Amino acid sequence: MGVYTLLFFEFFKIGLFAVGGGLVTVPFLFDLSTRYPWFDSEQLVNMIAVSESSPGPLGVNMATYAGFKTAGVFGALTATAGLVLPSLIIIIIIAALLDKFRQTDVFQHLMYAVRPAVIALIVNAGIELGVLTLTNTASAVLCIIFWGAVHYFKQHPIWYIIAGGILGILFEL
Amino acid sequence: MSILWNLFIIFFKIGLFTFGGGYAMIPLLSAELVKKKKWITDEELMDFYSIGQCTPGIIAVNVATFVGYRLKHIAGAVSATVGMVAPSLIIIMAIANVVGFYMENKYVAHAFAGIRVVVIALIFDVVLGMWKKAVDSWFQGIIFFLSLLALTWMSVSPITVVLSALALRLLIRS
Repeated sequence: MGVYTLLFFEFFKIGLFAVGGGLVTVPFLFDLSTRYPWFDSEQLVNMIAVSESSPGPLGVNMATYAGFKTAGVFGALTATAGLVLPSLIIIIIIAALLDKFRQTDVFQHLMYAVRPAVIALIVNAGIELGVLTLTNTASAVLCIIFWGAVHYFKQHPIWYIIAGGILGILFEL
Repeated sequence: MSILWNLFIIFFKIGLFTFGGGYAMIPLLSAELVKKKKWITDEELMDFYSIGQCTPGIIAVNVATFVGYRLKHIAGAVSATVGMVAPSLIIIMAIANVVGFYMENKYVAHAFAGIRVVVIALIFDVVLGMWKKAVDSWFQGIIFFLSLLALTWMSVSPITVVLSALALRLLIRS
């Protein structure tokens, strides 16, 4: 098999079996590093660090980085396409079914219990990010000020994200 | 502008400004799709997340596919997903060869520290906005509390939490 076919199939497998996304892909990538000369475990650690400091979903960033390092631009494209394709197919099937069922009482009845759990998932993501980030007074104070600004001025999130980046540089967070 | 092009551009923008994984994307999705375009509701967004969490693949991609399909079927699903993934592809390829320089650049590190602070504020503001739509009864309050406890103290996986909420609903019919 050529390197593109291999990249595609290996990342297709990750896309198919990594349920939950993000860091769930890490053990799968580690497995790749032991079986192929594409990247070693040290490069994998770098990859995770880069993915966490650049925009976009972690899994996609990792696929792009690994594919690019292995076989250039087309490597990046095939690895990412492989990763995304299982999601695309599975979700399209579920979304088609959902269109039929979402107005039914049974679906709404079930979602009534699932929505509070989703809120807990979002809060948990906020807490996890908070534990990692709000490690000094400046960050904590800035977070509260930003929350006030977000809540009262109700501007588009992108403006706050840009402002956060600029203030991070100015205050050397 | 056609809906397909619109979907691509919106998800490109979301992909470009998503820092810190699938859940960090919620404030952007809510602002663009629920408040600005009114294409979906907050409740639907929560439903997409719950299903996207329990199905294979990356949550961000799963949610993009869901939204795209809702608006323009398969073509919509593909445009939204390609839009979501495109910024990552471009940015990662651009920095792949200068990773060492990029990671050691102190301005990059400071900017990302600042962005993470903002993302936390944005996430908690979204929770406040969604709260009434998801936690409106004792039953829902208990599910929220138990789920959060399981996630933070017992490190239960998100899929287990979603499935347990489902199971609880089937056990306690009200």
